[in-house]
Amino acid sequence: MRIADKGHIDRSRPVTFCFDGQSYQGFAGDTLASALLANGVNLIGRSFKYHRPRGVLTAGSEEPNALVTVGDDPNLRATTLEIYNGLDARSQNAWPSLKRDVMAVNDLISPFLGAGFYYKTFMWPKAFWETVYEPIIRRAAGLGALTGKANADDYEKAFAFCDVLVIGAGPAGLMAALTAAQAGADVILADENPTTGGRLLSEDEVIDGQPASDWAAEVTAKLTAMKNVRIMTRTTVTGAYDQGTYGALERVGQHMPPRADTPRECFWRIAAKHSILCAGALERPIAFPNNDRPGIMMASAVRSYLNRYGVAPGQSVAVFGNNDDAHRTARDLEAAGVNVTAVIDTRSNVDYDGNARSYSAGRIVATTGRHALESITIEHAGGTRTIRTDCLAMSGGWNPTVHLTCHMNGRPQWSENISSFVPTPDAVPGMVVAGACNGSFTTTACLTEGASVASALLGAEPAQVPDGDDTPYDITPFWAVEGKGRKWLDFQNDVHVKDIKLAAQENFRSVEHMKRYTTQGMATDQGKSSNVAALAILADATGRGIPETGTTTFRPPYVPVSIAAMGAGAQGHGFAPKRLTTSHAASVARNAPMIEAGLWYRPSYFPQPNEATWLDSCNREVAMVRNAVGVCDVTTLGKIDVQGPDAAAFLDFAYANTFSTLKVGKVRYGLMLREDGHVMDDGTTARLSETQFVMTTTTAAAGNVMKHLEFVRQALRPDLDVQVISVTEQWAQFAVAGPKSRDLLNTLLETPIDNETLPYMGCAEAVIGGIAGRIFRISFSGEHAYEVAVPARYGASLFNILNAQAEAMGGGPYGMEALNVLRIEKGFITHAEIHGRTTAFDIGMDRMIIRKKDCIGQTAAARPGLIDESREQLVGLMSVDPAEKLSGGGHIFEDGAEAISANDQGYVTSVCWSPSLNGHIGLGFLTGGRARHGEVVKMVDHVRGVTTRCTVCDPVMFDSEGGRLRG
Amino acid sequence: MRITCPHCGERDRREFTYQGDALALNRPAPDAGEGAWDDYLHNRENPAGDTRDLWYHDPCGAWIAVDRNTVTHAITGSTLVTKLTS
Amino acid sequence: MGYSGFKVIKEGLFGQKGWKPVWRDPEPKAEYDVVIIGGGGHGLSTAYYLAKEHGITNVAVLEKGYLGGGNVGRNTTIVRANYMLPGNSEFYSHSLKLWEGMEQDLNYNTMMSQRGVMMLCHSDGQRDYFARRGNAMINQGDDAELLDVAGVRREAPFLDFDNIRFPIYGGLMHRRGGTARHDAVAWGYARGADQRGVDLIQNCEVTGIDIAGGKVTGVQTTRGAIRAKKVAIVTAGRSGQVAAMAGMRLPIESHVLQAFVSEGLKPIMPGVISFGMGHFYISQSDKGGLVFGGDLDFYSSYAARGNLPMKEHVMEAAMTLMPMIGKAKVLRSWGGIMDMTPDGSPIIDKTDTEGLFIDCGWCYGGFKAVPGSGFSFAHLMATGNHHAPAARYRLDRFRTGRGLMDEEGTGSQHNLH
Repeated sequence: MRIADKGHIDRSRPVTFCFDGQSYQGFAGDTLASALLANGVNLIGRSFKYHRPRGVLTAGSEEPNALVTVGDDPNLRATTLEIYNGLDARSQNAWPSLKRDVMAVNDLISPFLGAGFYYKTFMWPKAFWETVYEPIIRRAAGLGALTGKANADDYEKAFAFCDVLVIGAGPAGLMAALTAAQAGADVILADENPTTGGRLLSEDEVIDGQPASDWAAEVTAKLTAMKNVRIMTRTTVTGAYDQGTYGALERVGQHMPPRADTPRECFWRIAAKHSILCAGALERPIAFPNNDRPGIMMASAVRSYLNRYGVAPGQSVAVFGNNDDAHRTARDLEAAGVNVTAVIDTRSNVDYDGNARSYSAGRIVATTGRHALESITIEHAGGTRTIRTDCLAMSGGWNPTVHLTCHMNGRPQWSENISSFVPTPDAVPGMVVAGACNGSFTTTACLTEGASVASALLGAEPAQVPDGDDTPYDITPFWAVEGKGRKWLDFQNDVHVKDIKLAAQENFRSVEHMKRYTTQGMATDQGKSSNVAALAILADATGRGIPETGTTTFRPPYVPVSIAAMGAGAQGHGFAPKRLTTSHAASVARNAPMIEAGLWYRPSYFPQPNEATWLDSCNREVAMVRNAVGVCDVTTLGKIDVQGPDAAAFLDFAYANTFSTLKVGKVRYGLMLREDGHVMDDGTTARLSETQFVMTTTTAAAGNVMKHLEFVRQALRPDLDVQVISVTEQWAQFAVAGPKSRDLLNTLLETPIDNETLPYMGCAEAVIGGIAGRIFRISFSGEHAYEVAVPARYGASLFNILNAQAEAMGGGPYGMEALNVLRIEKGFITHAEIHGRTTAFDIGMDRMIIRKKDCIGQTAAARPGLIDESREQLVGLMSVDPAEKLSGGGHIFEDGAEAISANDQGYVTSVCWSPSLNGHIGLGFLTGGRARHGEVVKMVDHVRGVTTRCTVCDPVMFDSEGGRLRG
Repeated sequence: MRITCPHCGERDRREFTYQGDALALNRPAPDAGEGAWDDYLHNRENPAGDTRDLWYHDPCGAWIAVDRNTVTHAITGSTLVTKLTS
Repeated sequence: MGYSGFKVIKEGLFGQKGWKPVWRDPEPKAEYDVVIIGGGGHGLSTAYYLAKEHGITNVAVLEKGYLGGGNVGRNTTIVRANYMLPGNSEFYSHSLKLWEGMEQDLNYNTMMSQRGVMMLCHSDGQRDYFARRGNAMINQGDDAELLDVAGVRREAPFLDFDNIRFPIYGGLMHRRGGTARHDAVAWGYARGADQRGVDLIQNCEVTGIDIAGGKVTGVQTTRGAIRAKKVAIVTAGRSGQVAAMAGMRLPIESHVLQAFVSEGLKPIMPGVISFGMGHFYISQSDKGGLVFGGDLDFYSSYAARGNLPMKEHVMEAAMTLMPMIGKAKVLRSWGGIMDMTPDGSPIIDKTDTEGLFIDCGWCYGGFKAVPGSGFSFAHLMATGNHHAPAARYRLDRFRTGRGLMDEEGTGSQHNLH
């Protein structure tokens, strides 16, 4: 019911919206909850376990009951969801309709569904858990639903920095922000509401002689005009993290129809030198029988709906509380002309000073009304009385919003004064607390503390504190009404007082056990309103005080945060950057499928029109390299420039083998170990001058090797005068491989090369197509081959020229598939073989570890377990029947042995069809494999259903003498 | 979490890579014996409290020894490892 | 007292008044045959199997906080036996078999649910690696299926198959894997141990380990000295501190691993899915919450909480892999303290002190190991011999380099597996 002349809604802007298919009207400034209440809609949701009918409990983000789905967005709180034209909200967890929900049968059998009942049953017969019981339980799970369709909305993430982050823009926050801003600090003032003011928007009170909300607007205007202040409304600070980092969720577009230029939400990472927590307090319910009916809500929420939204949540309202603040609700309602049926105070001798009948030492012992509250029964000194009322405002007192102060393991302290927990000072480094969230509940105290805390923090003048309300807050703790009936604590999860007592009875006395056993506080509101009362009940049931009972831990986020917001930008291809080589466009133009290689993309093969499968292309490309010439972009291999007088000594230390003996103009294969003695990486390193080397790494390890070399340089060998820098992206590099490779290059080189000027494993500076570059005579294919490098800006052009020349000679580009076949035929290893568990011994390279010098990994590589003869050693494998395939990941057994763990002797790492050898071949590791060349073994790949007998051989299966390399 | 690179100033933790206890700076001699190498490679004080550990600042390539508390995550100092080793 | 559906109905009719404490709260005795330091999943299951399998019931479990308050109460509840390397393979295989009979054995519904664990691969090389792993699982007698893209799509049609940075090439399905209700596992073992006479002593912190002449004689606690013939350290997350009381330095670094749960949602996800390129794994609990996690925060920590970079990375992985998840909201995040060993595999062994045993270094694998670890550790303590499935979990493997189990291939030094 709307009250004339009340509230901050804009009555000139009516808004039409839908709830469960029914159209309603509200005003700009309404939340879904206030607009529904204004339309007399009380029933908004169903509880989780018993499907109890539920209405609105609160007016904020702590709402446990009134959750709705909008579009594909579930579990939105009607109490914070702003309405807009076209908003279409639906209720949740009810079928077939909110009014008639068949699952409400759970409520009838609830005596059998007490806390933790499911741990004690559903065990027989054994097979029924997965087939019968669990599917039924799972079908009943959850509140809202995901659609299963990909998110189609925009979300964003951003960073912000400030001197002072003020969290909450109520009276304390506004004064803190003003003080900090006037001192010249960069201030961010964040508040989860659409407008600043906090509780002042919901209270009928006066600051400096004007309505408190006007005062808030005035201060806000002042702050807005200051360049060093940024006000972030609709922004909830969700978490406090190390070194002054805060997470915050801004609801950018959630309050309006979707727009292409507006994200729904933005997740902020705010780095703040200081923060001032002014998050206020949350009112807590009282547990009494059937205290969960629609129409029973928090007293402060009733004031919010009345004063902020101009809505009376009922025709007649009763008030039930244990503190003075509850009376305020009755006064405001009466002043607005709403019928207040009773003011029931649990305290003795406390009378309400308004018109309504006052019951001191009163209790509510029963309520009626299925879909809306109809009556309450009051027990008081004068007897028992039932009155009809459709709304009950309750207040069990206020809990300071201490949550953020607990995010870094701070534990709040119990305050007898306010019968609640208050923050422990310095619980979050750099954070100070002011106002109601510090337990200071009057408006004056909030205003004063906000200013003084900011002033102390910055050593600045406090902003001038205005006159505000100073009515003291008096409370006598009261948690639950004695006697029969279910008295709800956690409304959403349907945890009531008896559940807590049962937990205690069964010796789940630790507060954590109680929580986990009963699910108290584990619903979407994380027990914001219910945890303290539950603790008090547990304390009582176990004969302890509340402080020694302790609390569970408040953990981030303060309010639930969409995964789309925290993961913004990653959907689709945004998850990781893409690295493209200079030949990427040319490869794509040649229809090469581009495959991921770490962050890079590389061509898989270059299909020709007549080729049906990738294998046809691959076989052609292999033959092309073996018989003519092929071109392959190898830019992705890491390239590290190593320079300095001690560059050679540095490489001697970083590599297992020696580089100081390498002559200028020569290239050597290098094996790099980790300090634990296993192989880290391999590659070739060329000596360009006495003091300059260029190292290549594998594509996958480039970043790690760079980091490792810097560690060796800075941490282990600061005595060496050497610098290292990654030049991977500065040089485009292409392999030119095959018997005609030199002929091809000589068409482009300013100075032609021959076997004398550039022998195998030689390198030289060269002018290639008029561009100064480098040429290395190295081979990963076993053919006479080169790698040519030019500054990256010439890469695309060189790739095209090389291919044009190659094609004229019967060659062309080749991709990863052919590259892989070529290297397997030659027994060259990749990270399929040096997979992190491999030692130099395993790959037959232990003699490369030069013992005369110290080097990384040398000592650990000598551990007995790393050189044991029984280790699995690198071997080549050829299928006995050329028609039978090998498969990567197959395990190796003795021929005739059963394929079980006890007989397992190794595994296959790389396989291919070898067009050069006309058979299926592979590389693998086999126990004692080097001594078993010639033996026939059995490869079993259970998961692909393949068993293949194969012959163990030397890993170098093609051109084992290497004549082709030197040709 | 924010860490100070002595070269670049205070930066978000995302710019850094962690590498464990700073004892990695005290590499034993090759002949220091099995025990010394076992301690260097494997065994750790692993304190619940103040520790010094190594971080790599990816953008600038500096290795940094960071004084840090493993319980509170407070950071009290950061030093280029080259200042400690040379 | 025995639990059953009949009992639940009976107590429902009589106001739940008949339920008895699920365990006693005994005062510590002056002496026990075995003192187990640590009342987490592994400590409780060790006590249970000592009593059940070996008849050793004069046992105390000393817990500094509340039972099951460590990593058994803060994990992503995944149970699987999909390891590749000898040592891990047989251990987790054995552990999974114990999971499969757990409810009936404990008379407690731990909700072990074999809805499958599917690991996704994103390259040909990764698929071969998964094949190797799947074959190792089958060799061990466990189940594995290599799925092609169509097979993955049948299991999880909501994944992004068309527009994703690292395309899905297939998956390795382990149908006997699944999830269990983590707290219930701790409570079930605690109840079973208590029923067999084991004293579970909460709020009792061990402050010292008494050793005389190379033999353990007992422990000092905040509730007085307790003598013991044998002492077990089962304090993953605090292993280093407790072992230091016996003068040991362990090959362990403590790290924080975060986990997340969303608000309750209607069922949408059948089993466990893990994203090979993004260190992301997810399942949906029976209550409807999406339970998911990622990689370590990557800095040593005892804080049991993490920071934003890894949280965001996990959400980003979720968004690229299954963009239908975007509107789900993270409700709560937490962190567990992981005992990270150099090779990423655990330790169940004797120590140099006679009568002192240690079970630690579970890295991320601790939850699914709860039954197996307790079983094997109890066997070691009761018989003095290593239990075959856990025989490779030796403390000296790092020194000798023999039997390293580096499943991820990132090194047998502290490289943060």
